[in-house]
Amino acid sequence: MVSGACPACGTRVLAGEAFCESCGHDLSSVPSVPAGPCTACGASAVGPDGYCENCGMLQPTGRDHVEIEAAYSAAVSDRGLRHSRNEDAMALLPGGQGAVVAVVCDGVSTSPRPDEASQAAADVAAAVIVKRLADGDDAQAATREAVRLAADAVAASAAPGEDSPACTYVSAIVHGRQVTIGWVGDSRAYWLGGQSALLTEDDATPGTHMLTAWLGADAGEVVPHVRTFTTDGPGAVLLCSDGLWNYYPEPEALAATALNDTPLVAARRLVRLAIEAGGHDNITVAIIPFGQGDRTDTTVAFPKERSD
Amino acid sequence: MTDFTIRVDQNKYLPAGSQEVHGIITAEASGPVQSSSVAEAAEVIIIDTSGSMSYGKINDARKAAQAAVDTLRDGVHFAVISGNHQAEVIFPGSGRLAPADFQSRQAAKEAIAGLRAEGGTAMGRWLRRAADLFSAHQADHPDAIRHAILLTDGKNEHEPAPEFDANLAYSAGKFVCDCRGVGTDWVVAEVRRIGSTLLGSVMDVRRPEELEADFRAMTEAAMGKTVADIALRVWTPRAATLNFVKQVSPTLEDLTGRRTDVDALTGDYPTGAWGGETREYHISVSVPAGNVGQEMRAALVKLVQPSTGEVMAGGNILAQWSDDPAQSTRINPRVAHYTGQQELASLIQEGLQARNDGDVETATARLGKARGIAEQAGNEETAKLLDKVIDIDPATGTARLKRVVDKADEIALDTRSVRTVRMRKDPES
Repeated sequence: MVSGACPACGTRVLAGEAFCESCGHDLSSVPSVPAGPCTACGASAVGPDGYCENCGMLQPTGRDHVEIEAAYSAAVSDRGLRHSRNEDAMALLPGGQGAVVAVVCDGVSTSPRPDEASQAAADVAAAVIVKRLADGDDAQAATREAVRLAADAVAASAAPGEDSPACTYVSAIVHGRQVTIGWVGDSRAYWLGGQSALLTEDDATPGTHMLTAWLGADAGEVVPHVRTFTTDGPGAVLLCSDGLWNYYPEPEALAATALNDTPLVAARRLVRLAIEAGGHDNITVAIIPFGQGDRTDTTVAFPKERSD
Repeated sequence: MTDFTIRVDQNKYLPAGSQEVHGIITAEASGPVQSSSVAEAAEVIIIDTSGSMSYGKINDARKAAQAAVDTLRDGVHFAVISGNHQAEVIFPGSGRLAPADFQSRQAAKEAIAGLRAEGGTAMGRWLRRAADLFSAHQADHPDAIRHAILLTDGKNEHEPAPEFDANLAYSAGKFVCDCRGVGTDWVVAEVRRIGSTLLGSVMDVRRPEELEADFRAMTEAAMGKTVADIALRVWTPRAATLNFVKQVSPTLEDLTGRRTDVDALTGDYPTGAWGGETREYHISVSVPAGNVGQEMRAALVKLVQPSTGEVMAGGNILAQWSDDPAQSTRINPRVAHYTGQQELASLIQEGLQARNDGDVETATARLGKARGIAEQAGNEETAKLLDKVIDIDPATGTARLKRVVDKADEIALDTRSVRTVRMRKDPES
């Protein structure tokens, strides 16, 4: 990384810096052109413009299908079938002392460069939460600060003369038996287990996909919903973009599909189901498991909301 | 230096399972800004002096050839060939091309004034003679633009077909040849074959006295060329089939069979010399069907100078599979326009052939349909020529062949059937 602008928030950064001083973006994770053999024909002939020089196929970009595994959890994001690029973004990080941090953002397709907006928001938010938790903040305060700085990063990416880039936001911090959810827009969090439940309420006009809140320069001050739950049961927290819940909104159905496998296998299966159901939108699924032991040996009392 | 640009018009979206991709390539060359930076050029003027050229035609042919000589820039190397059943270089006497200056022009015009009409017609031999002159010249002037004008008034009667074929093949690639047929005794298909092979135009000249202005214009156009031997280089994916490569503007020219392989996936198609001009090409490729959402490069099209490998411009023809009918069923207006222009030319040529074969029904159907397309697409000149061959009942739209047709009109319609019109307006978006 040479000196230049932070790809997330645009702040000037210097060569050698690992993180942006302003937003905490990890400067070492510079996205690069995919190298290696063609994903379609296997020839080692992918040109600099991304087309295979043997079979002609455009190579998937880094985000067409992405999988992350961290802290016993997993997240999978896929372009789906109808969109030419993946405008969803996600982050999954260990939060220290056994905590897990997951963020899912869905770029608003009608805004300019929604893929950049969602990636900036997810990267900034996850980094901020990890840093705040390490500094001793509680999960709710860390979430609010993360949303504030993520919103700033998205707003700062607006170029003169164009509409504001925009995206949704949902995050989960799982620490011990506590789950803290924060969201803006219609990306969702679910509890999957005994008494599976939807944990979020969409910021959208009911029955439509018209967002009533989002991150972006044209969104005004962004006030996230933040809720903390406690559980003693086995199960999982699932974050997803509407590319999944458009097809599978029911918590019980999601639980039945997701709970009997490792998080990565479960997330992959849910993404595949959404694609098989039509794949109209980008699909992102993050799964943080609880109580890896036998499901029958733990009493289930969840969700219990602690505060809002 | 001539600047080239390439633009691609297409609808890249294909329905799931679909394999056929079409694109229109608009290639534009902007000539040099300074008129002083002119290219080296070589010109051979070939005049039919067979017996049928007597009775005045030879007189107009002489004037036309002299006008062409007068139009040559100083320093352009040139020669004049008198063609009957043989080919004689009547100027210069050296067997090589002579640089144009006051004295050489005078000498050439004197030689032309002495032309007499006698003997037969063997166009292949004329071309071979010209090809040898150009080849000898090219050894010392590799970058020169090599251009010939061929005038004929008759059928190629005094050269066996295999010899003509061999002579034409021998000449291909050695020079560009614009052809003119004068009168009504020449065979359009025959001369069109020469023009196609040698990448030049073919036009009918109805009256001999029009030759002089036409020759002057043709020579001026040749003098306006700034770069020789440009090729259209087309890459297609390994599992793809290149269905065709056709020039569709300003005239129709099927280049598919003219491929020179560059490597397993790439071939060059000759386009001859360029001045400041725009040409359009229609390319069709069949690719293996991809999954919905996948994007593929179906062809990479470049303009190159094959001798140096220099790439002047390039563009992609893409394919992306979509399950959205609103995307995949839309036909690109430019592709539609030139598909229509190709259909129009075929209808005219088939209709005229049927008419000559006495198949009135087919002739009427083809030419009547052609008249409709010509009007719709804006081929005004073609529509006017069609009106000299068929009558359309304005009330019912029924077409009927005219009983008496001027042979010159039939020749003009046939000759000009390959001339296309550009789209009346650019497609939106």
